[in-house]
Amino acid sequence: MKILIKNGYVYDPLNKIDGEIMDIAIENGKIVESVSGEVKEIDAKNMIVMPGGVDLHSHIAGSKVNAGRLLRPEDHYKDVEKKTNIKRSGVGYTVPSTFTTGYRYSEMGYTTVMEAATPPLKTRHTHEELNDIPMVDKACLSVLDNNWIVLDYLSKNELEKCAAFIGWILNAIKGYGIKIVNPGGVELWGWGKNVKTIDDQVPPFNITPREIIRGLCKINKMLNLPHTIHLHTNNLGTPGNYRTLIESMKCVSDLSNGSIVLHVTHVQFCGYKGYSWITLSSGASEIAKFVNENKYVTLDLGQIVFGDATTMTADGPFQYILYSLSKNKWINADVEAETSAGIVPYRFKKKNYVNAIQWSIGLELTLLVKDPWRIFLTTDHPNAGLFTSYPKLIAWLMSKKAREKILKKVNKRAKSKMILPTLEREYTFYEIAIITRAGTAKALGLKNKGHLGIGADADVAIYDLNPKEIDPSKDYKKVRRAFRKAAYTIKDGKIVCKNGEVVENISGKTYWVNVDIPKDLLISTISEVKEKFEEYYTVKMENYAIHENELLKSAPLKINSNL
Amino acid sequence: MKTINNVVCSFCGCLCDDIEVNIENNKIVNVKNTCSLGLSKFLNYDKHRILKPRIRKSKEFVNVSLEEAIDECVKILSNASYPIIYGWSNTSNEALRIGMEIAELIGGVIDNTTSVCHGPTIIGVQDIGESTSTLGQVKNRADLIIYWGSNPLHAHPRHLSRYTALSKGRFVKTRKERKIVVVDVRKTATASIADIFIQIKPNSDYELLSALRYAVNNGEIEQNEVAGVPVEKIEELAEMMISCKFGALMFGLGLTMSPGKHRNIEAAIALVTDLNKYTKFVILPMRGHYNVTGANNVTCWTTGYPFAVDFSKGYPYYNPGETTIADIIARGECDAALIVASDPISHLPIESARKLSKIPIVTIDPHETPTTKISKVVIPSSYVGIEYEGTAYRMDGVPLRLKKIVDPPDGIISDEEILKMILSKLRGD
Ligand code: SF4
Repeated sequence: MKILIKNGYVYDPLNKIDGEIMDIAIENGKIVESVSGEVKEIDAKNMIVMPGGVDLHSHIAGSKVNAGRLLRPEDHYKDVEKKTNIKRSGVGYTVPSTFTTGYRYSEMGYTTVMEAATPPLKTRHTHEELNDIPMVDKACLSVLDNNWIVLDYLSKNELEKCAAFIGWILNAIKGYGIKIVNPGGVELWGWGKNVKTIDDQVPPFNITPREIIRGLCKINKMLNLPHTIHLHTNNLGTPGNYRTLIESMKCVSDLSNGSIVLHVTHVQFCGYKGYSWITLSSGASEIAKFVNENKYVTLDLGQIVFGDATTMTADGPFQYILYSLSKNKWINADVEAETSAGIVPYRFKKKNYVNAIQWSIGLELTLLVKDPWRIFLTTDHPNAGLFTSYPKLIAWLMSKKAREKILKKVNKRAKSKMILPTLEREYTFYEIAIITRAGTAKALGLKNKGHLGIGADADVAIYDLNPKEIDPSKDYKKVRRAFRKAAYTIKDGKIVCKNGEVVENISGKTYWVNVDIPKDLLISTISEVKEKFEEYYTVKMENYAIHENELLKSAPLKINSNL
Repeated sequence: MKTINNVVCSFCGCLCDDIEVNIENNKIVNVKNTCSLGLSKFLNYDKHRILKPRIRKSKEFVNVSLEEAIDECVKILSNASYPIIYGWSNTSNEALRIGMEIAELIGGVIDNTTSVCHGPTIIGVQDIGESTSTLGQVKNRADLIIYWGSNPLHAHPRHLSRYTALSKGRFVKTRKERKIVVVDVRKTATASIADIFIQIKPNSDYELLSALRYAVNNGEIEQNEVAGVPVEKIEELAEMMISCKFGALMFGLGLTMSPGKHRNIEAAIALVTDLNKYTKFVILPMRGHYNVTGANNVTCWTTGYPFAVDFSKGYPYYNPGETTIADIIARGECDAALIVASDPISHLPIESARKLSKIPIVTIDPHETPTTKISKVVIPSSYVGIEYEGTAYRMDGVPLRLKKIVDPPDGIISDEEILKMILSKLRGD
């Protein structure tokens, strides 16, 4: 199908296009220079045209997500989706079922989503769910930092072999990148313990979190992976942890050479100043200062949205703390030789002091970090809020008035401690396009995504907003409404949603990195690892690997490693 | 002769993945590493097979073509106003994915055998969560293993050698370094190899679990005995649980199906959860059929609920007791059934089985069962894990790929392919 999107206000930051009136031509699923012949024209006059949304951190598929669904039947009853001629039925709210997840992302103009943490041993499950998430392209990050074979290698400083092993894993399980979750702490959680600083020892490996982060950062470069290491820091969700965050960012400063080498995820959860929940305050200024001065890190928000959430992370010890505080239902699910997972339902309340501070930290950070290319919009779905709340976040960022409306209702003591009320910055559409698509695609190293240049994937979102007429600062409700239901979502050159409704059900691709590792190194590493592997795991190495034909639409990214 | 290594055994929830199979002329001639249950499956899967689709016409079965059987099935399903689709624990996730779509399309109820085995386990988790892990954590770390109301030496014979008592882990290497406790109403085979056997009065699991929880949290119990167990023994066990480095409680149908059902599971989960204040403790259900865990997972990611899902309103609705098939059948509400890889006639209460036999049943199964005998349509299928590939989930949720190792009999296709044909006919493709 050929499509011509006519006369829209185009926001394409990767190509430095800031609201120019332009036509966008599409043919064979790609953006092209021009089209002729039989062309479907879309009149985008007085509308905004952006690349399709790219979410770089969301929990949408896999064993932990499914355990979250299982845990909360009460959550499903209030949000059901009927079957239609086009859509499968499902349930929504905090942990939507697979089909519903795909539709809802698509209806908001999103076209690519990264599942942010998947244990390698259970990645076959993740792919099975990704196969059942329609409409969007997707990929998954592999939790590798507490993997015993990785730790064994790192502690001996055998980085090349470790890199070869990680390259093998990513190929074998069709993963996209290296996810780090509470390095060392999650391994100790196997015994019910945790680490407190990035220099704590992790027995019996004789290694510290600092060494794990640094080792994996080096390996990420050796493998030449498209995305940097993706770090969930130690001490997540603990008062005073903004220091751990800054320490963790600092610890890779010498590995940068000016390039970006680290992505820290859901920073709101690690931006806490103070010594207890009573003295909790925001560490946003300190973090933003560091990030503004050090160009080698990117962040995403994990913005709190008041209301129901289901917290789920591979950070088992953190989830246990949350369970102990909230006494809500608690699932823990450790994965042999690799990682852990915890799930606790949670409700963020405006009148709660801690929750209000948490809410302000995310927004303060986004407003204080000067470079939008290095801070991205997420809610760590479904941890801090739901992905369906993104339009709300956009409104908060674009409108001080929208923020003030909430500020009137939050806990008074919390409000008195915030700097948020003093922040005047309001994001522009251009900046919103960066933090929701251009920047995230760039950070993920997805070269054909997040922009509308010739040759890019024809993933486009059109929003019914006239940037010349509306003032987002005042009309934030209109902004919210428009981003909630895209006028058009175009995926791979097909119109898949119209006026926020799915009009065609398609299946997206699953990206994974196919890293080439020098053959000799690969063979020697695998033969060295095999015995250990079968000693540590309960499955055979051969059966751990996932065949490409288990992916509904496999999209390998060929990577030439630096090994 | 051809040898295939690392085959996954598709018999019980252990999904042992180290099986070696020798094949000659498309026949399995030798199998290594299985237990006797697995061995007998691999060596006997080709006995008592159904080789032709058939339809009951008046009283007699008549062999028909696959297309004819599919047409009849589609007719039965589309004429029904409240059909049920049941089974799934002995087939692949891929087959169930199609089954889900069929159930949704015809507005029926889809349920799996969890309904009649570990349903209470799931309800227990839905009420309070659980602290669990994969089996490898137990193998590598556990110095205390408790089997409660389960007898793995009979039901999951390699559970102990691969994952628990007799396995070699990174941190705990030998049987000597582990304490094994069995709680059961009689001295089972597993009990006889345990360090401690606690014989409990039938149907009093809840009492014993509560007493243990009390002992763990508060110390001394006032009575002399609970559930037929002297208090000293209870306190000794509580102390063992608190002071171990990594404990694992593995429970079976002895706990899920004794009076109290999901309350028993809740008590067990609560005990394990409390123990995490002092040490690391996990709980794991001993799932029977090789892919009942997969069935729960597929149903859950598709609909949000792990079993007993009713699509009659056009969206998933779940209420065990109302939407579980045993209850629907007992109330006489369903008017057609599609049974896949399961034998409800042998497992349902007699009254329900009688009611089920009154409605048209379509059964997809590789071999004869009491259910195929009373079906209106029978469509033979191939064995997943022997004649067809597919995904299954081990009892702890570890997904594994089942291999195709020999060809199925002529004309026999898989559940997945049969269901795809039914779906496409129902859709009118
Ligand atoms: S324990 Fe179960 S899976 Fe393992 S060989 Fe025996 S029957 Fe097969």
